[in-house]
Amino acid sequence: MKFSLGPLLYFWPKDTVESFYSQAMDSDADIIYLGETVCSKRRELKPKDWIELAKRLTTSGKQVILSTMALLEAPAELMAMRQLVGNGKVIVEANDMAAVQLAQQHGINFVIGPAINCYNLATLKVLISQGMTRWVMPVELSGDWLRTLLQEATEAGIRDQFEVEVFAYGHLPLAYSARCFTARSENRPKDDCRYCCIKHPNGLKMNSREGEQVFLLNGIQTMSGYRYNLINDVQELERLGVDVLRLSPESLDTLALIEKFRQQLSSPHHYPLEKNVECNGYWHNIAGMSLAQ
Amino acid sequence: MELLCPAGNLPALKLAIDNGADAVYIGMKDDTNARHFAGLNFNEAKLKKAVDYVHQHGKQIHVAINTFAHPGGWDRWQGAVDMAANAGVDALIISDIGVLQYAYENYPQIERHLSVQASSTNLESINYYHQNFAIARVVLPRVLSVQQVKQLARNSPVPVEVFAFGSLCIMAEGRCYLSSYMTGESPNTAGACSPAKYVRWNKTELGTEARLNDVLIDRYTDDENAGYPTLCKGRFEVEGNTYHALEEPTSLNTLELLPELVEAGVVSFKIEGRQRSPAYVEQIAQTWRSAMDAYKQAPDKFEINEKWMTTLAGLSEGSQTTLGAYHRKWQ
Repeated sequence: MKFSLGPLLYFWPKDTVESFYSQAMDSDADIIYLGETVCSKRRELKPKDWIELAKRLTTSGKQVILSTMALLEAPAELMAMRQLVGNGKVIVEANDMAAVQLAQQHGINFVIGPAINCYNLATLKVLISQGMTRWVMPVELSGDWLRTLLQEATEAGIRDQFEVEVFAYGHLPLAYSARCFTARSENRPKDDCRYCCIKHPNGLKMNSREGEQVFLLNGIQTMSGYRYNLINDVQELERLGVDVLRLSPESLDTLALIEKFRQQLSSPHHYPLEKNVECNGYWHNIAGMSLAQ
Repeated sequence: MELLCPAGNLPALKLAIDNGADAVYIGMKDDTNARHFAGLNFNEAKLKKAVDYVHQHGKQIHVAINTFAHPGGWDRWQGAVDMAANAGVDALIISDIGVLQYAYENYPQIERHLSVQASSTNLESINYYHQNFAIARVVLPRVLSVQQVKQLARNSPVPVEVFAFGSLCIMAEGRCYLSSYMTGESPNTAGACSPAKYVRWNKTELGTEARLNDVLIDRYTDDENAGYPTLCKGRFEVEGNTYHALEEPTSLNTLELLPELVEAGVVSFKIEGRQRSPAYVEQIAQTWRSAMDAYKQAPDKFEINEKWMTTLAGLSEGSQTTLGAYHRKWQ
């Protein structure tokens, strides 16, 4: 089993991003996903900076993949994506079907990211025929869902034609909107956002009126209020045949955590998860925000 | 310029047709559609009656098969396509790539409309679905500004349908898991958002509480209108302020954009609300029919009639309407 570092979902200053990835080069990650997947107004690193960073990181011997935006609306956003897809060096993680379309035009393979609705065998078959080499399961799906689907893939004789990756750690990306909720929290529309999400390097807490941390606001993205954590499920994930586990960058601490996840394969340890801070419900086929100990 | 109305049952379908709908859309009685609610939708016998009624009146019927097929459950999605095709419907509204492929291979003669749940918001994505599955129409998600809709309508390889009125999804449709995060069930997997079986109302000293799977979505004082606790329309606390952090209870109403959208080439105006009553469908169909006829007769002289707006506001969530993302300031 391999371990990946997912694309950074928050908006961090350029220096922080560069220092994070220079340390990520020495981390235990096998795969690093790079790029802005949430909002095209975030330009601390522009597409060409991400491409350069990707090229630099490939020298570390890790597999590097450029992740594309999930919600593409303006022609300028498509232009930026064309740049990423046509970089000529590393493959992309498609988070919108537009990226699949462009990858097909370039005749290059791609990863299907978690923001693409690939839920079943019929869809996997189509995407494999178009160049998909790895499928990141949508975050809302369970271990039961995956088990049945991979059995079907085995019976259909296609299980060896793609890798399976599961989002295993970090606040979950749950929704995308035209509206910027971070700007809204400051009473401003998106067009006048003043890049305020940079003030919230781990998202902005959105609590119920009883203080329950329901969601995190991250610009136009809504994330889980609790941090998803499948560290106690690593062995089961491996038994199911999952090829890659994804850890989503929260801070520098995430880099050290990769090693702990990997150790679960050789010397499993039960980590008590923190109620009202962490969750693992989706994997256990219950409400996503729930925690099965 | 088509007026496309929702129908959750036969009485609603008949009223829609009788009151001016050019086409209606319906769903089958299972989790293959995104309004999988108790007591709603059509079995095979009702579907046949629906097709007969609509075709006798020279109108069109679309069937929404717009959730994502479950592993081990493919038969239901394939069955829904087969049943709709055999009943002679005019279009299938599909979101799942696997289901699209199946419909394209087996019933190429029946139009495939790309469901809003496929979340296709840009030209290259529409190109993908057009080139691979020969879709005949795309239903645009409610996340685009009117400028973006116009640009797409001009450049899209297929005609464009937009949401004109009804409940407002504020997230890119098909890409929102907020409901399953809180309840375990989402539109994509279960065909429902904030399902009613998880809703609880409690009277407390602080007011009437609306909960979804125990999470407090909102609390209302006696003089406030309590709305259905759709989780994105509750009041939450962010940095010490309690407000509608995502969106207010409000409905989308694009009537004033009608001329602009028609001129941009939008071919179909969709009314949301298969879960609503026949009386609701009747009033909306009448109002939109009047407006569209008025526009057709004299496009240059089109003016919003206050009576239309009052009727529509009365049928809206929280009696409020918005232009939603069509209006950039909303974003």
